[in-house]
Amino acid sequence: MSETIANPVSTQVIRRTRSSSSLRNWIGVLPFLLFIAIFLVLPSISLFVGAFQDHLGHFTLANITVFLRDTYVLKSYSISLTVSLITSLLGGVMGFFIAYAITVGNAPKWMRSIILSFSGLAANFGGVPLAFAFIATLGHTGFLTAIFRGICFPAAGGAQTCPFDLYQNGFNLYSVAGLTLTYLYFQFPLMVLTITPALQGLKKEWLEASQNLGGSSYHYWWHVALPILWPSILGSSILLFASAFGAYATAEALTGGSIYLVTILIGQEIRGDVLGNPNEGYALALGMILIMAVCIIGYTILHRQTTRWLKS
Amino acid sequence: MKTKKRNMWALFWAIVALLYFFVPLYGTLDFSLRMERGRLSLMAYQVVLSDPQFLASFQYSATMGLITILVSVLIFLPTIYWMYLRVPEARPLMEIITILPFIIPVIVFAFGLIRTFSGPPLQLTLTPFKTDILITIGYVIISMPYMYRAIDAGMRTIDVRSLTEAAQSLGSNWFQILYSVIFPNLRFAILSGSLIVFATVIGELILGDFLVRPALGPYMVQVGRDTAYQPAAMAMLSWGLTWICLGIIQFFGRGVNSQEIVSR
Repeated sequence: MSETIANPVSTQVIRRTRSSSSLRNWIGVLPFLLFIAIFLVLPSISLFVGAFQDHLGHFTLANITVFLRDTYVLKSYSISLTVSLITSLLGGVMGFFIAYAITVGNAPKWMRSIILSFSGLAANFGGVPLAFAFIATLGHTGFLTAIFRGICFPAAGGAQTCPFDLYQNGFNLYSVAGLTLTYLYFQFPLMVLTITPALQGLKKEWLEASQNLGGSSYHYWWHVALPILWPSILGSSILLFASAFGAYATAEALTGGSIYLVTILIGQEIRGDVLGNPNEGYALALGMILIMAVCIIGYTILHRQTTRWLKS
Repeated sequence: MKTKKRNMWALFWAIVALLYFFVPLYGTLDFSLRMERGRLSLMAYQVVLSDPQFLASFQYSATMGLITILVSVLIFLPTIYWMYLRVPEARPLMEIITILPFIIPVIVFAFGLIRTFSGPPLQLTLTPFKTDILITIGYVIISMPYMYRAIDAGMRTIDVRSLTEAAQSLGSNWFQILYSVIFPNLRFAILSGSLIVFATVIGELILGDFLVRPALGPYMVQVGRDTAYQPAAMAMLSWGLTWICLGIIQFFGRGVNSQEIVSR
C-alpha cells in the first residue's frame, strides 16, 4: 500500500478530476439518491398526502381533526407520550448516575468495564426477546415473582402473610408500569453510552478551580459541571424519548397489543383499518413523524453545542 | 471522608446497573431450564431447535439477512467511495438521509411501503417473490444507518484518492478499483457493518409481520403467545447471537459505532 501512495502521476490525475464540473460529479451518488427517493421519500410523501385527502382523493383537513375527536387516537398518543417521557426521564437519571459512577465516581475497575460492555449489549437488546426476558423474570410465574412470593411470615391465626407477592399487591407486567420497567432495560444503557463521553470530557482543572475558590462539591456540580453538561443530558434524553416513542416490537410481544401505544394502533390500522378511515391512519402516522422530527432537530442542535466544548 | 462518601454513592449506582443487567438475564436463563417439572434441563432449547417452523423461519431470516448485506454493500460501497473521491460536498445530505430510518418509526415506514407499492403499477405484495424484493429493500433501508456509518468510518482511515490514482495509473477500471483495491482495505469495516445488519434483520418483527413473510420475528411472537418456556429459551439464544455479533466487532475493533442494533 505504501508504494502506491507516492505516485508521480497523481498530481496530473488530481488536476483532471478537479477540472470536471462539480455537478457531473454527483452522477456517482445519483443511483443511491434515486433508491432513497423511490423507497423512502415516496412512501413518506404518500402518507403525508394521504393524511390530507378524503376517500375520493380530494384535499381535506378533516383527517387531522382525528387528533381532537377520536378517543382512541387521543388515548394512544397520551399513553405513548407518557411512557416515552417516563422512561426517558427515569432512564436518563439512572443512566446519568451510572455513567457518573463509572467515570468521575471511581467505581471499581472491573465493574466499570462490565457496565460499559453490557450497556452496549443491552442498548442493542430490544424487540421481542427483551419482552420474553421480562416475562420470564417478572411475569405471573417469573423468576423474581416466584422468589418474592416465597418470602412469607407467619401471621395471626396460623395464616401466613406474603408481603412481597407482586401480583397480589397490584403489580402487573402487562401494564404501563411493566412496559416502563422493560423499556428501562435498553433506556438507561443508551444513556450510559451517550453521556459517558461528556462526563469524561469534564476537565480536572475545573474541579480544582472550583475547589481553590472555596467551592463545595455542591457548588462544583450546580454551578460548573451541570451547566456544561446540560446540553448533552438533554440531548441524550431526547434520544431516549425518541427510541421509546418509535418502539413497537417489545410492546407487541409483551402485551399482545393490549396497551394502546400509537405504534400499536398504527399496526392495527395496517392490519384492518380499525379507525374505519384509512386516511385518518395516515394522519396518525404523520403525527408520529412530526414528533420524531422535532426530537431529532432538537438533538442535533444540542449535540452541536456539546461537541463544541468537548473539542476545545 | 468526603471522597469516601462519594465512592459509596458511585458504588450504589454501579450495583444498581449490574443488578438491572443480570437479574433479568439470570431469571430468563433459570426459567428457560425449567420446562421439565422438578429438575433443570435443556428441554426448552431442544423443543425450540427441533421445531421445523423455527428452523424454516430462522433460515428465511438468515437468508434475507445475507441478501440484505449483499445489496447494502453493493449500494453503499460505490456510493460512499464516490462521495469521498468526487463529491465531498454531498456528505451533509448523505448523513441526513442515512439517519432518516431513526426518525421514521419502522411501523410508519412499513405503512408507507405497503400503501405505495401494494397497488398498481408494481404490485410488489402480489407474489411471495415480489414481496421478498420489497422486504429486502425495507431491510436495506432500516439497517442503512449502520452500514453507512461502518463503511464511512472505514473509508475515513484510508487514502481513497491516492489509492484510486495509483490503481488508475496501473490501468484499472472502476470495477477493479472497487473490487481489488477499496474492498480489501475495508473488509473489517464491512464485516462490522454486515454483522449489525444481520442482527437487525434476524431480530426484525415489523416488516416480516406486516408483509406476511415467514420471518423469525413473527414466529417468535406467535410462540410467545402459545407457550411458556420456549420464549425464554429463544430470548437466551437471541442474547447469545447478539453477543457473538458484538464480540466479533469488538474483536476486530475498527471504530464502528454499534450503539443500537435491533429495531424495536
